[in-house]
Amino acid sequence: MDIKELYQEIVLDHGKNPRNKNKCEGFNKEAKGHNPLCGDKVQVFLKLNNDKKVEDISFEGEGCAISIASASIMTETIKGKEFNVAKKILEHFINMLKEGSKLSINSLSQDENTTMMSLSGVKQFPMRVKCATLAWHTFIHAAEGKEETVKTEK
Amino acid sequence: MDIKSIKSQFPIFKNKFNGKPLIYLDNANSSQKPKNVIDRISKFYSKEFSNIGRSVHTLAVTATNRFEESRDLMKKYINAKSREEIIFTKNATEAINLVASTYGDKFINRGDEILITELEHHANYVPWHFLRQKKGAIIKFAKCNDRGEVDIDEIKKLINNKTKIIAITHLSNVTGVIMPIKKIVDLASEKKIPVLVDGCQGAPHLKLDMQELGCDFYAISCHKMYGPTGVGVLYAKKKWLDVLPPYQGGGGMIEEVKKESITFPGSPTKYEAGTLQTAEVVGFSESLKFIEDVGIKNIMQHEKEILEYGLEEIKKNNSVRIIGDPKHRGSIISFTIKGIHPHDIATILDEDGVAIRAGHHCCQILHEKMGISASARASLGIYNSKDDIDALSSAIKKCNKVFNT
Ligand SMILES: Cc1ncc(COP(=O)(O)O)c(C=O)c1O
Repeated sequence: MDIKELYQEIVLDHGKNPRNKNKCEGFNKEAKGHNPLCGDKVQVFLKLNNDKKVEDISFEGEGCAISIASASIMTETIKGKEFNVAKKILEHFINMLKEGSKLSINSLSQDENTTMMSLSGVKQFPMRVKCATLAWHTFIHAAEGKEETVKTEK
Repeated sequence: MDIKSIKSQFPIFKNKFNGKPLIYLDNANSSQKPKNVIDRISKFYSKEFSNIGRSVHTLAVTATNRFEESRDLMKKYINAKSREEIIFTKNATEAINLVASTYGDKFINRGDEILITELEHHANYVPWHFLRQKKGAIIKFAKCNDRGEVDIDEIKKLINNKTKIIAITHLSNVTGVIMPIKKIVDLASEKKIPVLVDGCQGAPHLKLDMQELGCDFYAISCHKMYGPTGVGVLYAKKKWLDVLPPYQGGGGMIEEVKKESITFPGSPTKYEAGTLQTAEVVGFSESLKFIEDVGIKNIMQHEKEILEYGLEEIKKNNSVRIIGDPKHRGSIISFTIKGIHPHDIATILDEDGVAIRAGHHCCQILHEKMGISASARASLGIYNSKDDIDALSSAIKKCNKVFNT
């Protein structure tokens, strides 16, 4: 375990200065996520167009550096991408957090890839995986129009 | 006092975690167990085990005796008037639910008031909330001030003819305030209102005397008293146990069962339904012996010394905010660090082997009152030393460094 692997520069930067932390204009979908165990809360605002493309996405909420950074990085990464692509990215992201696998998605630019990879240190801290995935699950809920709050299980 | 030799009685400290020795500062959550407790459970299963109270064979008689000895020790530890006043439950949560359910069924009706405080652990709020829903009762919250204490006047203000019970913590698991229970009981008894005390943090850290304290109910979790999990105690004045209905129904708690009617025995049998956590209760007797050997007064004095040192050391760090500043404080320090979320603090501390808790500690109402959603909490036990505090403060400095604050 190395704490610096968890709190990499990029993660700390997104945690302290989160991008897209607001209610984006013209959002047509939203969902809430809650981690009852640690109290992390997130709300995702999404503008999804008729072709199921993410035109805009933003979030609000409070939580640890990992959950805020992850939400911030998510909004940056999937803005402008198709919902199906975003879903694929999440799949790879979860595999990275749980299995330690690399991200291998063509639709991610080099920069996007590096930014996402900055969260790979979470793998060594299984208790924190939920923090890193909360915003993502909430985004999926929003896109699929699910009403109930996302709750991370124990 | 020789803390090193006391600590050496706890096998967990012989292990390393993440390659580091364990600095255990999560005692308000649960305490570690001395070897005698662990060995006692093993010995009980190896040599003495049987279900209690039901069979007449030799094993059953011995097991029953060992179990009942624990009750006697507990009676002595809290100076209850009689052994019938000690009921074994699975934890303090169950003890409070037992009272909310039985007392509530019999004595609380629509519009009646239950008086609790903003300090309460969810275990001393949610059971009353169920009662509120079931009976249409009202819950009043006595206000907590900035120091993290509930002024007795705030309680006085809320007492009226509708108040049917006062349920209050002895020692807050967040701010550490020690509440003036005796004064509250005096106030309540003028109006003949029973008082339930959530003694989860009181029992391991304070000298208890039920007859002097005068409360009607006192709830305890033995796993916070160097005892096994799965054991709690409800102390209740006999006058209540004589009039309250049983809690759960089943084997062991009956007198006579007929097709048309059932009668029940007296306390504690009436409240101990089904097969109990026999081995754990027997093991718990060793926790009480351990506490008695060290001496509760010595425990209090040692923890006070470490607490004061801890507060002093942590206050030196300007980025730290300590939650509450009560005049009478038990061995709990909850805090936040500017710009760093408590979960990140806990993870960074953990890397240095420093185990604390982060979150709302089952006190969401109190955290909201303090304007935060979570805090980090260091809580002491008998084995903690000034070295542990030093490890805590340098780990806090490491948080500042990682986050560059
Ligand atoms: C003040 C207080 N009350 C109640 C509880 C609940 O204890 P248990 O979960 O053992 O029933 C705790 C422990 O977390 C506590 O600190």
